[in-house]
Amino acid sequence: MARLNVNGRMMDIDAPPGTPLLWALREQAGLTGTKYGCGIAQCGACTVHIDGEAVRACSLPIEAVGPNQKIVTIEGLSEDVSHPIQKAWLQLDVPQCGYCQSGMIMAAAALLAKKPKPTDADIDEAMTNICRCGTYNRVRAGIKLAAGL
Amino acid sequence: MNAHVKLSRRALLKGGAATAGAFTLGFSIPFTEAQAQAATPEINAWVVIQPDDRIIVRIARSEMGQGTLTGLAQLVAEELEADWAKVGWEYPTPGENLKRNRVWRNFSTGGSRGIRESHQYVREGGAAARMMLVEAAARNWNVPVSECRAAKSIVTHAPSGRTASYGSLAAAAAKLEPPKDLKLKPSSEWTIVGKSVKRLDTVDKLNGKQVYGADIRLPGMLNAAIKACPVFGGKIASFDAAKITGMPGVKKVVQVNPHTVAVVADTWWQAKTALDALPIVWDEGPNARASSDTIAAMLREGLDAEQAFEGNKAGDAKGAIASAARKIEATYSYPFQNHACMEPMNATALWTAEKCEVWCPTQNGEAALAAAIEASGHPAARCDVHKVHLGGGFGRRGRSDYVTQAVLIAKQMPGIPIKLLWSREEDMLQGTYHPITMARMVGGLDKDGNLVGLHMRISGQSILAGVNPQALQNGRDPVVFQGLNPGGAEGPFGYGIPNLLIDHAMRNPHVPPGFWRGVNLNQNAIYVECFMDELAHAAGVDPLEFRRRLMKNAPKHLAVLEAVAKGIGWGAPSAPGTAKGLAQIMGFGSYVAAAAEVSVSNSGAIKVHRIVAATNPGHVVNPDQVAAQVEGSFVYGLSAAFHQECTVKGGRIVEENFDSYPAMRIDEMPKVESILVPSGDFWGGVGEPTIAVAAPAVMNAIFAATGKRVRSLPLKNADLRRA
Repeated sequence: MARLNVNGRMMDIDAPPGTPLLWALREQAGLTGTKYGCGIAQCGACTVHIDGEAVRACSLPIEAVGPNQKIVTIEGLSEDVSHPIQKAWLQLDVPQCGYCQSGMIMAAAALLAKKPKPTDADIDEAMTNICRCGTYNRVRAGIKLAAGL
Repeated sequence: MNAHVKLSRRALLKGGAATAGAFTLGFSIPFTEAQAQAATPEINAWVVIQPDDRIIVRIARSEMGQGTLTGLAQLVAEELEADWAKVGWEYPTPGENLKRNRVWRNFSTGGSRGIRESHQYVREGGAAARMMLVEAAARNWNVPVSECRAAKSIVTHAPSGRTASYGSLAAAAAKLEPPKDLKLKPSSEWTIVGKSVKRLDTVDKLNGKQVYGADIRLPGMLNAAIKACPVFGGKIASFDAAKITGMPGVKKVVQVNPHTVAVVADTWWQAKTALDALPIVWDEGPNARASSDTIAAMLREGLDAEQAFEGNKAGDAKGAIASAARKIEATYSYPFQNHACMEPMNATALWTAEKCEVWCPTQNGEAALAAAIEASGHPAARCDVHKVHLGGGFGRRGRSDYVTQAVLIAKQMPGIPIKLLWSREEDMLQGTYHPITMARMVGGLDKDGNLVGLHMRISGQSILAGVNPQALQNGRDPVVFQGLNPGGAEGPFGYGIPNLLIDHAMRNPHVPPGFWRGVNLNQNAIYVECFMDELAHAAGVDPLEFRRRLMKNAPKHLAVLEAVAKGIGWGAPSAPGTAKGLAQIMGFGSYVAAAAEVSVSNSGAIKVHRIVAATNPGHVVNPDQVAAQVEGSFVYGLSAAFHQECTVKGGRIVEENFDSYPAMRIDEMPKVESILVPSGDFWGGVGEPTIAVAAPAVMNAIFAATGKRVRSLPLKNADLRRA
């Protein structure tokens, strides 16, 4: 049993300590917005925030997350698709299939929180998520739109 | 007939409601919303209008990111004279399609066919519904139909100024006989088609609410992880289920078929953990001796083989080359590649003694249904498939192997919904791969540098031989010649060469091939367009000018090429350290070209600075979504060109995840300028063709930058260091 703070709520997670956070979120907490893509922290589809940092949940066991650490998933990013990144994504129709976009949006939101006016190099460095449909140019444009650049 | 149809639908919805009662979905999918509206009559198969004026357009093709859902809805809405703001959508099920004599026709979503092959009948569906709504209004007002007009979901009787909303007319319209005489709007009158309206499926992809197959949850559902023999053609010798049956959550170890075993557990993570611990002994069979080297040798033999299937022939190519002033020769190769959809393969199945239901992402709902019928042992009328959005398809989800597996597992656990999800590793090892081919290109130049003969010998794998051998034509696979054909929508060859021979020595290794976004156009464009560049350089002629001379009878091919040449500034000096390359091809019904500006560092690192792409798809339904497909095509095409290769060792694929099978990321992504030049006289696809010109444009630019000709993919294997 682990106690996790997810999207502002304390949750008791009935899973062995070695269970990756991704699967605890998806299968115990019922938050399926966070996606499985590779399981080895390569693709970023499972990106969530822990205390504001973008983290790949597929490779982080729940025992490594304390009850005081604040986990935010795509479901908790905003109540009503009102985060600036979500608004920009909507305006530019960024997603294609959309499967990678939860992780993409969480990575972008973490970037903006740290660097409100990111450069192209900042975007290249922070946005290492894989998108097979090929939305990268709209992801870049979306981050700049959200940043008011 | 209409009334009968509606009775059937009601009966079906009743069945659907019973299902929903027994297994309430933990989420809302569009079709369940529609089921809740069962009292709302449909105007026809394509259009349902609710009393509150909301319009539901039925979409038979699958949405996997390519935007076909929105484009098809635009086509229906245009003829319906709908208020676009009120338009929504739903998927009919393949089972309903079967029950209604395939009223929605083809569900298959591949080959960039969504719009190009259904635009006519979906528009007719919208037009018929509009005419019935107008007629309902006219009857209600007791006025001639000719005095009534529809616009923005409202019918107006001009002489009296009376109006009625579609929602208020729907019930009456639904009772009318469908019209027989349909006249579609000319493109000059389109107000919804041709506009960059927003996609209908974006919001739920921004907040985690979009339910993909991997996200499906049903009450009482168990989860399955699966492993098939990694050597294709091998089978299970034995496995020791007792070793894992006591592991947490494990419910059952299931042998799915002679070469596949699955573990069913409470959660997928438990199932996967137990499966990883399951001792399995494989009987790998004779294919275990195959490797990339043995496969390459098999293909090389085909390059010189006597026998080959002809794809395109004019004059006497071999004779012309033999007597030409100069003979230019080069051999190219293209590897196996995995689709690597972001969402690994999955399907959820519920089998009972009475019925079988499947929830899955599929590019071909009807094929998924056929797989469910066969695997379940139930008659067609007792099976159905509920489609969900795909986390990528790219051709992989046109196959139904994962549906068959899910049903076979569920059949061993009656009454329990089973969600089967492949691991990334399983997805990489059990693919249906981009076919592997080589091509020997031989050209003859006369003393003035004119191309007098070309022989293109393709050696390698046939997709049809692997997936649909009945479709072979006396052994010949016509799909091999995409982009190289004498004519037709699948790529007339753009070059007029007096003596031409394009032929295929079919060599099929044991690795299963599949349709992979862009299919055979991908390597054919590389072979032709890079070799054209080689010929141009050998002739001492500018590559654009060399092509122009050969394209006098292919104005549409040439027009897109000229458009990208202009866009990239062909002929003008390149920025210091950069060089340019061009490529064109026709396929999937559309004409495409690309120009790339590239630099190569002293250490051999390639950077693509800029891409200009031009597309003539005939008609453009949604310019912004076509642009999105063009942009995305460079990611898919350049990921393949730079990074992706599935190698074979011991009969199995070596690359198991994105660490050894990388995809392009944002830092490698060039700017893409998409030019649309629709000529308005045909309907072509846009999801795939541009992929084919991505690699050759870049490869030609690499040559221009370095003087080194790369003829083997992926480019990560090329040594471009400066000496």
